[in-house]
Amino acid sequence: MSRGSLRLNVPEPTGRPGQETDFSYLHLSPAGEARRPPVDVSPRDTGDLAYSLVRVLDDAGQALGPWAPQIDPERLRRGLRAMMKTRAFDSRMLIAQRQKKISFYMQCLGEEAIATAHAQALEAGDMCFPTYRQQGLLLARDDISMVEMMCQLMSNERDLLKGRQLPVMYSYKRAGFFSISGNVATQFVQAVGWAMASAIKGDSRIASAWIGDGSTAEADFHNALTFAHVYRAPVILSVVNNQWAISTFQAIAGGEATTFAARGVGCGIASLRVDGNDYLAVYAASRWAVERARSNLGPTLIEWITYRAGAHSTSDDPSRYRPADDWQHFPLGDPIARLSKHLIHIGAWSEQEHEKTQKEVDARVNEAFKEAERYGTLLDGHIPPLATMFEDVYQDMPWHLREQLAKAGA
Amino acid sequence: MATMTMVQALRSAMDVMLERDANVVIYGQDVGYFGGVFRCTEGLQAKYGRTRVFDAPISEGGIVGSAIGMAAYGLRPVVEVQFADYFYPAYDQIVSEAARLRYRSAGDFTAPLTIRMPCGGGIYGGHTHSQSPEALFTHVCGVRTVMPSNPYDAKGLLIASIECDDPVIFFEPKRLYNGPFDGHHDRPLVPWSAHPSSQVPEAHYTVPLESAAVVRSGADLTVLAYGTMVYVSEAAARESGIDAEVIDIRSLWPLDLPTIVASVKRTGRCVIVHEATRTGGFGAELAALVQEHCFYHLEAPIERVSGWDTPYPHALEWAYFPGPARVAAAFRRAMEP
Repeated sequence: MSRGSLRLNVPEPTGRPGQETDFSYLHLSPAGEARRPPVDVSPRDTGDLAYSLVRVLDDAGQALGPWAPQIDPERLRRGLRAMMKTRAFDSRMLIAQRQKKISFYMQCLGEEAIATAHAQALEAGDMCFPTYRQQGLLLARDDISMVEMMCQLMSNERDLLKGRQLPVMYSYKRAGFFSISGNVATQFVQAVGWAMASAIKGDSRIASAWIGDGSTAEADFHNALTFAHVYRAPVILSVVNNQWAISTFQAIAGGEATTFAARGVGCGIASLRVDGNDYLAVYAASRWAVERARSNLGPTLIEWITYRAGAHSTSDDPSRYRPADDWQHFPLGDPIARLSKHLIHIGAWSEQEHEKTQKEVDARVNEAFKEAERYGTLLDGHIPPLATMFEDVYQDMPWHLREQLAKAGA
Repeated sequence: MATMTMVQALRSAMDVMLERDANVVIYGQDVGYFGGVFRCTEGLQAKYGRTRVFDAPISEGGIVGSAIGMAAYGLRPVVEVQFADYFYPAYDQIVSEAARLRYRSAGDFTAPLTIRMPCGGGIYGGHTHSQSPEALFTHVCGVRTVMPSNPYDAKGLLIASIECDDPVIFFEPKRLYNGPFDGHHDRPLVPWSAHPSSQVPEAHYTVPLESAAVVRSGADLTVLAYGTMVYVSEAAARESGIDAEVIDIRSLWPLDLPTIVASVKRTGRCVIVHEATRTGGFGAELAALVQEHCFYHLEAPIERVSGWDTPYPHALEWAYFPGPARVAAAFRRAMEP
């Protein structure tokens, strides 16, 4: 070794505008190759799974290997419809933002399989602590009205959150969806606390925590891993690695030459690295983790490999920092196309049905939007009344807020 | 009724609440088997079991963050940050999460947790075991900040905090744990048993939040103090011969304004005493409130006595600590002309 002078390593993505990405950095495994250990596997024996990739669907749409779930095709059709609904919802809301009917939006284009398949693996009463890109958890459900969600996006009179939160920062306790924080990462350790509480009370409900690759660098992520391991909390710790945190490549969060799943193994947590664009793999891995949590076997960390196909938010232009056509070259493809291909392959779907479903979800989204607009948009000033600004700061309004309310109203 | 130190009164509050409410859990560094470095939780794990009272990793952010999740589930966690000087890694979880959860979710989720933190100096703890960071919480909408100064209030306020549906930052002036320390560090400590507030009911009771206490009636001037400074101010009154009315704020924010305003209007003079650093301290807010509400009754400028705007020193601890002499000097200034 020559000693030379010291050099600082500042990671760079392989692709930039005008330079195609070399996705070999993802180190993909072929579909069906990763082994499926029993749910009571010792966390240290998941080391290989934290560096390889659990995949079920191959490029031809076949379900391969030990992770291929035994699942009723009707559930898969429902999953496909949920993904299509999520994408249609996002697409309409992007237009609404450009029409200035909402102030801001965040889509989950390309990542739809993760939340929608995971939702299918959970049970009523479980609690998700999502980031702002898991709207699929809500849109996969039939009992959450799109109109209601759109009213939140428009901060109108029917916004359940009284216009206090940025668009997409939903809160749905009744749907097991914790209030989203724009601070990122804080929810990860809160989910562990919720799971600890469930265990303290001898309950059967589990928590599901979500974080992006970028915010795993926050202390909350590491606190969550420590607490989840120490107290063997019934929680699933999901890291959605969509490669990008606004303009920052995942290597800057610490993904270079290692994986985010590997963090879990080091903390004594069973860990998997999974193809997040493979609906079957997401469902199978989620079921595995759910079973572990509910059987007192403790937490599971899952890194979902996916790609943020759209901009970070409506305030972002990704063509400034990555190739504009990057997603088309992403080797794990489009989750909707892949599940559709699989269902057609097993004779449970058809091009015609796909087209018909597309029209249906588009129509339902448009219909919901028309109704939501009737309750007011950002454009027409139907915002919540002034007094609501002073409510809910405390359980009861203290004297100083009553005084300030009077001044603000005067 | 029993004779209790502040430590015993705090322990009794947690004991009562663990007994009464199965949703109360207690955790923090060293609070389990060992019973806490200040012994506040001694015996509670043995009595209520390891899933009600337990040790936590050295991770204030993790302790508070997990407690928010537990509170959202429906528990009432009471967590200990071993020294107030250590809370900083948890500040994001307190400000952006605990304090905002009810508001941002429009009541869908709430975070009824209590965060106990020993604060204040006078124990040769240097700048990492002596701080009084209360102003960093009184500035935060959505949390309540409480600091008792005696065993009776400590128990009643801690029970009220645990039962409160808002997150509460509960400061425990550590120099008062074992006696009403008045700043005379060169004299023997008076034990709590010699003080009437050490008579504490063993059963459940509360001292209401947002209530101040007039701990010494007086005609010459009004002292606004809390924590250790209550006894320092009483000593200053005794030693200066100035008939000071000492108000123990107890609930720093939201506070009991009418008690303060009534007293200052009567005496026409006001001295504010706290151990924390001066600039931007809670005393500044108190001074602003007094001038807003009592301006035409004031006969002299409002005086502030505080720690200096330096880190809490180790060797020069007693030069930093605002003792009775400094407080008495402020009394004299406030009595001019």
